[in-house]
Amino acid sequence: MNTVLLFLQDQILSMKWLNVIVGKFLNLIGLDTTLWLGGALQFFFYDVIKILILLSVLIFIISYIQSYFPPERTKKILGKYNGITARIISALLGTVTPFCSCSSIPLFIGFTSAGLPIGVTFSFLISSPLVDLGSLILLASIFGFKTAIVYVIVGLVLAVIGGTLIEKLHLENYIEDFVKNIANVDIENTVMTKHDRIDYAKEQVKLTVHKIYLYVLIGVGIGAIIHNVIPQEFIQMVLGENNPFSVIIATLVGIPMYADIFGTIPIAEALFSKGVELGTILSFMMAVTALSLPSMIMLRRAIKPKLLTIFVIIVTIGIILIGYGFNAFQYLLV
Amino acid sequence: MNVKILGSGCAKCNQLEKNTLTALNEMNIKADVEHVTDFAKIAAYGVMSTPALMLDDKVISMGRVLTVEDIKNIISK
Repeated sequence: MNTVLLFLQDQILSMKWLNVIVGKFLNLIGLDTTLWLGGALQFFFYDVIKILILLSVLIFIISYIQSYFPPERTKKILGKYNGITARIISALLGTVTPFCSCSSIPLFIGFTSAGLPIGVTFSFLISSPLVDLGSLILLASIFGFKTAIVYVIVGLVLAVIGGTLIEKLHLENYIEDFVKNIANVDIENTVMTKHDRIDYAKEQVKLTVHKIYLYVLIGVGIGAIIHNVIPQEFIQMVLGENNPFSVIIATLVGIPMYADIFGTIPIAEALFSKGVELGTILSFMMAVTALSLPSMIMLRRAIKPKLLTIFVIIVTIGIILIGYGFNAFQYLLV
Repeated sequence: MNVKILGSGCAKCNQLEKNTLTALNEMNIKADVEHVTDFAKIAAYGVMSTPALMLDDKVISMGRVLTVEDIKNIISK
């Protein structure tokens, strides 16, 4: 079983064979991959191709699954549960419901007008960008299945705790008034045939690749520079295990950034190969995906500054704690 | 025919509007086309994922950028 998983991880997800092929090709045209230019180019081409392939396959499968969970259906499902159960289910559904940040306000309004408690909405908002099937597979490709699964569990726990805290703090008054005044409307779900779902999935692949290929290229570019140009000593100094603030630095740098998780993967890979600890890297990735300037700007339209600030602080502290946690237990996972 | 495109002005919503106008043009249909960007109004229709398309006040699609072909098929039903 272990050999199967390892094979899956090394050859299917990490596509190590691809790295070998790219390396051999570069050597053939006269570039020495042990030197910085050849090495950087090898990393660049291998990673871009690998990510685009993984991206297409993953998004197709995931979109197909997600076509069964439109937000309208999630809203109806969540209406049946109370208390912490509702928040747990909300966090879980957040991972399978398709969600683009431009939908965050209609979604927030929809949940609130349906009478869902504020904590349920926030558990969803935290888990949605943080944990999804795609990132699970990608993390497995770099760090292995054990880490990926622990990441998912930890992300869900953060979502539930975050939602619970916001609920207990009774911050309902900090939702913008217009949101609270909208009546609930339930629409019937549009019926989708298998063919419809396949069309939808294909469409999502096209749209997503088109939307994020630039982030992937930039991410891989940065990754290549980290991998082959920036000296290991410098990275170790800022983000290495001897810097007790590495997690905090990684988190604070990641928060305002907006990048798709696929774009952070190559940076994560490069940092990992330079000896940066697991938790520091995960904190960076979580900070980039869970919080970003664009999503905060959008949310500000639906919630007042105090609630927005508390939300950001809770998630930030959560990410930092998780980062230190992963650093401490890294030896068990990778 | 009354056509409403619901969305807050991101690229996907604008693309849906473009595709819709093209489809209507190609089918030679005169319709009132409205682009609703106000969140309160969007939510009032029960829509939670944008962009969304409404024909004669009925929600036809949510969260997808329909192609010109898709839109033409839907209109002709």
